[in-house]
Amino acid sequence: MPAQPQTGQTGPIAGRLSADALAENFADLHPPLSAHEARVAADRCYFCHDAPCVTACPTGIDIPLFIREIQAGRPETAAREIFEANILGGMCARVCPTEVLCEGACVREAAEGRPVEIGLLQRHATDSLMARQGHPFTRAPRTGKRVAVVGAGPAGLACAHRLARHGHDVVIHEGAPKPGGLNEYGIAAYKSVDDFAAREAAWIMGIGGIELRHGQWLGRKVTLDALREEYDAVFLGIGLSGVNALGLDGPDLEGVHDAVTFISALRQSEELSTLPIGREVVVIGGGMTAIDCAVQAKALGAESVTLVYRRARAAMGASGFEQDLAARRGVRLIFEAAPVAVEGEGRLSAVVFERMAEGPDGLAPTGARFTLPADQMFRAVGQRLGDANGLETVQGKVVTQGSGRTAMDKVWAGGDCAAGGDDLTVTAVAQGRDAAEDIHRVLTD
Amino acid sequence: MADLTTRFLGIESPNPFWLASAPPTDKEYNVRRAFEAGWGGVVWKTLGAEGPPVVNVNGPRYGVVHGPDRRVLGLNNIELITDRDLKTNLEEMARVKADYPDRALIASIMVPCEEAAWKAILPRVAETGADGIELNFGCPHGMSERGMGSAVGQVPDYIEMVARWCKQHYDRPVIVKLTPNITDIRKPAEAARRGGADAVSLINTINSITAVDLDRMAPEPTIDGKGSHGGYCGPAVKPIALSMVSEIARNPETHGLPISGIGGITTWRDAAEFMVLGAGNVQVCTAAMTYGFRIIEELCAGLSDWMDEKGYRSTADFVGQAVPNVTDWKNLNLNYVAKARIDQELCIKCGRCYAACEDTSHQAIAMTPDRVFEVIDAECVACNLCVDVCPVENCIEMVQMEAGRVDPRTGRVVSPDHADWTTHPNNPMAQAAE
Repeated sequence: MPAQPQTGQTGPIAGRLSADALAENFADLHPPLSAHEARVAADRCYFCHDAPCVTACPTGIDIPLFIREIQAGRPETAAREIFEANILGGMCARVCPTEVLCEGACVREAAEGRPVEIGLLQRHATDSLMARQGHPFTRAPRTGKRVAVVGAGPAGLACAHRLARHGHDVVIHEGAPKPGGLNEYGIAAYKSVDDFAAREAAWIMGIGGIELRHGQWLGRKVTLDALREEYDAVFLGIGLSGVNALGLDGPDLEGVHDAVTFISALRQSEELSTLPIGREVVVIGGGMTAIDCAVQAKALGAESVTLVYRRARAAMGASGFEQDLAARRGVRLIFEAAPVAVEGEGRLSAVVFERMAEGPDGLAPTGARFTLPADQMFRAVGQRLGDANGLETVQGKVVTQGSGRTAMDKVWAGGDCAAGGDDLTVTAVAQGRDAAEDIHRVLTD
Repeated sequence: MADLTTRFLGIESPNPFWLASAPPTDKEYNVRRAFEAGWGGVVWKTLGAEGPPVVNVNGPRYGVVHGPDRRVLGLNNIELITDRDLKTNLEEMARVKADYPDRALIASIMVPCEEAAWKAILPRVAETGADGIELNFGCPHGMSERGMGSAVGQVPDYIEMVARWCKQHYDRPVIVKLTPNITDIRKPAEAARRGGADAVSLINTINSITAVDLDRMAPEPTIDGKGSHGGYCGPAVKPIALSMVSEIARNPETHGLPISGIGGITTWRDAAEFMVLGAGNVQVCTAAMTYGFRIIEELCAGLSDWMDEKGYRSTADFVGQAVPNVTDWKNLNLNYVAKARIDQELCIKCGRCYAACEDTSHQAIAMTPDRVFEVIDAECVACNLCVDVCPVENCIEMVQMEAGRVDPRTGRVVSPDHADWTTHPNNPMAQAAE
């Protein structure tokens, strides 16, 4: 339970909670299993034939096998099995919506409503191996080929690692000061404690043959044409750098922010007590980012946090677990309402909503309005591709075929920037990995 | 509430649960607490001859085999007989028996295989008022190296000889405790009967190494880098013990010889299984060493409830009831045909039945792309492996084929008549049907 917020001053202000309360609120969401707990949890796995959990995993990790290896007392052997399929298996163990992926497919979920704790077991295994010095994989002999990877997020890191393993030399061009992409800047702090995203990125690069360059925003510092000129292949894992707008009535007011900016600032903060947070916070949106934003606003000490989503609960992008988490942490969820206007004089004081209803022509306003007092509002209504860099797009994302090939020669793409994904870390990893294999095939053909 | 009072060799105890000769019955303190907890009797930890007592190791005496969540499935030990002097033990036994006249108190004894040694100790045991004696011919470690314990139990002639001495020099019931570390358990039991023993108790522990420390390259339990085989007991040995008890119960040479059943009894059901296979009572050790004396409450309540449910008024009503159904393989009905049936409502689609059948048995389960598992009757031999590996109780069962139907595997009509190997045409030794 989050500590009780201090009632009082309106307006985003810092230090609403004590250091102890903040530490508790931002503690690890799923504390790791002890060795004994892991053995007991592993024993629940039935080692299914052609297991549904494996089918449900976008990276196809051999889950029954790695769980059996934990059960047999070899968590590090299990980790190798995981990393072979998914080099970001450590982060995926923390952030995957397992209840809609592997654990949702677990036969024990169907049988008892209590699946094998695959996420926690994967974390147990990967933590065990990552705690050791060194890197578990070695590079093949150098091929002399050079590949540019743009973006050091999950797709880029997975791609770079696989290419390096095959002996290619990789240069990652990253705009931000740190690698990790959304793992570093875009997810809730309680899902990646102890600087895990940065540690994982460093560990991945431990394979060697990967050079990481910062400040390399595509289209500004480097261009796609130049990269194609200089390298044998280019992989774009540039994510979605743009933020969707809301288009509300009312003046520009202080206290209105993008959720991604808030989360990024929170993740990079050395001292959470210095972060300003409102007393009455409103979050607009229904995806994982909206939940991460709302829960963390509450955790920073907002007195009330209300998440408003324009559609019904069932349409929410955030998983059932995430919805429950928000409710448990004291976030109020309002469905089928859309913001229409902001109010305030210089600073936000309220947000006006209109009730929505699903009709024959889709979602439509009903005319009924209500107002929520708010001194801070976060927009979390989706992100979009920034500059397409001359690539063909569909629904705002780069068109790819097969294993991430774009229509442009020598250029592959994967992760959130590519069409056809579902904006999950684990999907981005799979796409980065598969593109690397395809690039490898082309370069060594 | 059924009456659990049990008479075994004329010795009455309020329930059929005795604590076996082992660490729990090593001394007055333990035995008094066991009786207070409700145990029906104890077999006092094995007494040795007069003189300096044996010494035990000062490192680990027990090794273990764990199941999930560290459940104790098997325990082994390298502890010897009592390491306290004879006089102390005898005095304590006398005091305890005087205070608990309604409970059974049996003295376990192990002295050298010389008549004088037995002749010397038996009158002193008799003076304690103990209800009987149990001859420890079972311990497979330590004492056996000195010509006692299982070293005697493995030689039927010695068993007969010592049993005879005991019947000559002692006037109360004599129980011979058998070692399972032998190829045919019927032989020592027959020898005990020939020697005049009133009963046998079994099984004692099984030669075992519970694990090997792969760093030290040493068996466990390990004493200063070395290990010695110990005696294995606990739930893991129950199937072996049940079979041995049934062999003695149905052997014409030993049929009717009272049996005290021992070996991994953990719950009331285990006890009932031993008793229906011919044990007049049971002895418990590992379960008490794992959970403490209080398990006696579950043992008594469970057995009593089951008896009420079945209408048994005394334990004698069901002792030996399953013995007639234990037979030789050659007598099993080869005309009995069954097929596996999978309950699709209960199936959770794990596919373990498929993997087991496809990889290791008869390829008699089909799997559809949407994970529906169905039995192929034309291949199914009803081996039961799918039932055994299925994680869902009652999801797969073996259904008998009615007589008159055609078994799609063999193409033969299922016969209502019994036919077994003794008359089977493939049997070169088949006896002609009369």
